[in-house]
Amino acid sequence: MNMGYLINEEKVFNSGHAACPGCSEALAIRYIVNTLGPDTIGVVPPSCIAIISGPQPLSSMRMPVYQTTLEASAASATGIARALKAKGNDHTKVVVIAGDGGTYDIGFQALSSAAERNEDFIYVCLDNEGYMNTGAQKSSSTPYLAYTASTPAGKPTPKKNLAEIMAAHRIPYMATATTGYPEDLARKVAKAKEIQGLRFIVVLTPCLDGWGLADNAGPKVSRLAVETGVFPLYEVENGERYTLNFGSKGTPVSQYLSLQKRYRHLNQAQIEEIQREVDYNWQRLRHKFST
Amino acid sequence: MNEKNNRILVNGNHAVAYGVKLAQPKVVPIYPITPQTPIVEKISEFQAAGEMVVELVTAESEHSAMAACITASLTGVRVFTATASQGLMLMHEMLHYASGARAPIVMFNVNRTIGSPWGFWPDQTDSLAQRDTGWIQYYCEHGQESLDTVLQAYRVAEKVMLPAMVMHEAFYVSHALDIVEVPAQEVVDQYLPEFNPLHRLDPELGESWGNTVNQEMFYRHRRDLGLAMDSVVDVAQEADTEWRELTGRGYGIIEKYRCEGAELVIVTMGSMVGTARDAVDNLRKEGVTVGLLKVKLFRPFPTEAVRQALMGVPKVMVLDRNFAPGTGGFLHQELKAALHGLDLGPAVHGYLTGVGGTNISPTNIASLVREAISTTPVASSVWKG
Repeated sequence: MNMGYLINEEKVFNSGHAACPGCSEALAIRYIVNTLGPDTIGVVPPSCIAIISGPQPLSSMRMPVYQTTLEASAASATGIARALKAKGNDHTKVVVIAGDGGTYDIGFQALSSAAERNEDFIYVCLDNEGYMNTGAQKSSSTPYLAYTASTPAGKPTPKKNLAEIMAAHRIPYMATATTGYPEDLARKVAKAKEIQGLRFIVVLTPCLDGWGLADNAGPKVSRLAVETGVFPLYEVENGERYTLNFGSKGTPVSQYLSLQKRYRHLNQAQIEEIQREVDYNWQRLRHKFST
Repeated sequence: MNEKNNRILVNGNHAVAYGVKLAQPKVVPIYPITPQTPIVEKISEFQAAGEMVVELVTAESEHSAMAACITASLTGVRVFTATASQGLMLMHEMLHYASGARAPIVMFNVNRTIGSPWGFWPDQTDSLAQRDTGWIQYYCEHGQESLDTVLQAYRVAEKVMLPAMVMHEAFYVSHALDIVEVPAQEVVDQYLPEFNPLHRLDPELGESWGNTVNQEMFYRHRRDLGLAMDSVVDVAQEADTEWRELTGRGYGIIEKYRCEGAELVIVTMGSMVGTARDAVDNLRKEGVTVGLLKVKLFRPFPTEAVRQALMGVPKVMVLDRNFAPGTGGFLHQELKAALHGLDLGPAVHGYLTGVGGTNISPTNIASLVREAISTTPVASSVWKG
């Protein structure tokens, strides 16, 4: 069913933006805003997404974008959604597009509260597993043993499992997605668009510079993240109904790690340790799927 | 006076809530903090009873409450929130963001000590420490003035497109019962036009806000914000005059009380004004020629009005229930700056009185007046209990 989805784009995102050539985030933004269409108000905190949105008076998106402070995205979206409701506007969509620093870390308090209140907006986290816009520092999304500028010996603790944390809020819709599966990403945005309440999508967006990838490696690394079981693609409705879209194909995690300079310091034992962690997480998640 | 006006016995915070109800904001993000909470509790009761149609957002922090206020305002609806002390401190970043976005939010702040250590006492340092955030600031003496000022603040904020905060002090005003006249809705509707901003977040307009600007654009933006702030003095004066015409109550942006022929004028803000009025009355009875200048509008500072009011007065005694370590009383600093270069300007005593909520009685103020008359002022603020 997923493979059969036809991407239906309205041209909201334009070329000429300031993303690096080959940037996964630009690809993700395209499928998000072109699926939502122009009757949308965006909220963007400081991030590469803000850079891609464009400096005043330019804009890469044919829709209003409010650039907020790093920790306030979900609260800012709340204010817009409630004002639209107060005005009797039931058609305009509100979407946050934020990075993992602005979501997993400093923006988490506001996000958790908006989820608890079931505010009526879509929150998309473009997850590149670190503060890439400030030069690749560690966030709580950075995976175990990955090099960043603030964890030069490798991060000593695992990535925060935000997908499960958001599902535990029992919001109407939670999904994981990645840019190597554009139909799946676009379908999830289209699905979220039709649901009321807080909808959360975390999109793994490999960062060429921050991960140390070749300019054309974004889609390949994204697909390997799924095929190795590092980042399974799934949906959770109301915190309970789990659906798997794309899971592990049993591809060794070493194939995913070897394309990324942030892992080049790893020894064999460490690679095996990561493989065991990925296997364990995948086995644990599998039990949750209803079919 | 309008015959439909309604007199009720309420505390200062509930008086504020009645004012907010009349302004009919559409979005009210809230977060509880003592001693502000009765304001938002009352608004919640109004909503539950169907007397207010409003989106209440029970935010998880004051920071988020203010973040939601900004975007709701930018989406084109009237908004309100209330806070105090630590809550205002947590909002600090968003206060700058609000004025930068030219969002005409009205917020009520109940002045309370800032930790550490913890305290719950009247002290204006919380809001005075926000004096440079681009918000209009009003300080009120009693519940009636707070109710009236909330409505004036909406009128001024939405005219100049800047946010406004209105203050009264913890417990002395926030929880003290008083008879308050609640104006009729028709009177307020006549006074306060519908909020319908030209620029807003709206897909039909396609305008964005907050994108990175270059140095020249930032410079122009700050200059424009400053011009808007400068215009507030006249707009606030006009808003007060018109409110007086409609309701019989007006306060001015400053108020001179019994200043005729005064050898010394007390200058203060907030609840201390009421105490100082009694002190002035008592001293006048004893033949001491003393007057009082109440500063109601603190941001923008009404420099010209204050200079005119104090021209030719030999001595001024500033009473500050607030304290900035390293510089002293906020009002003392501002007043000295406002009077700088004035021919025949007064000698200015600055006294730190009631900081942390210590009790200052009319008798205390009377003895400070006698001391100030007989001594030469020093440059910095002096601790006086």
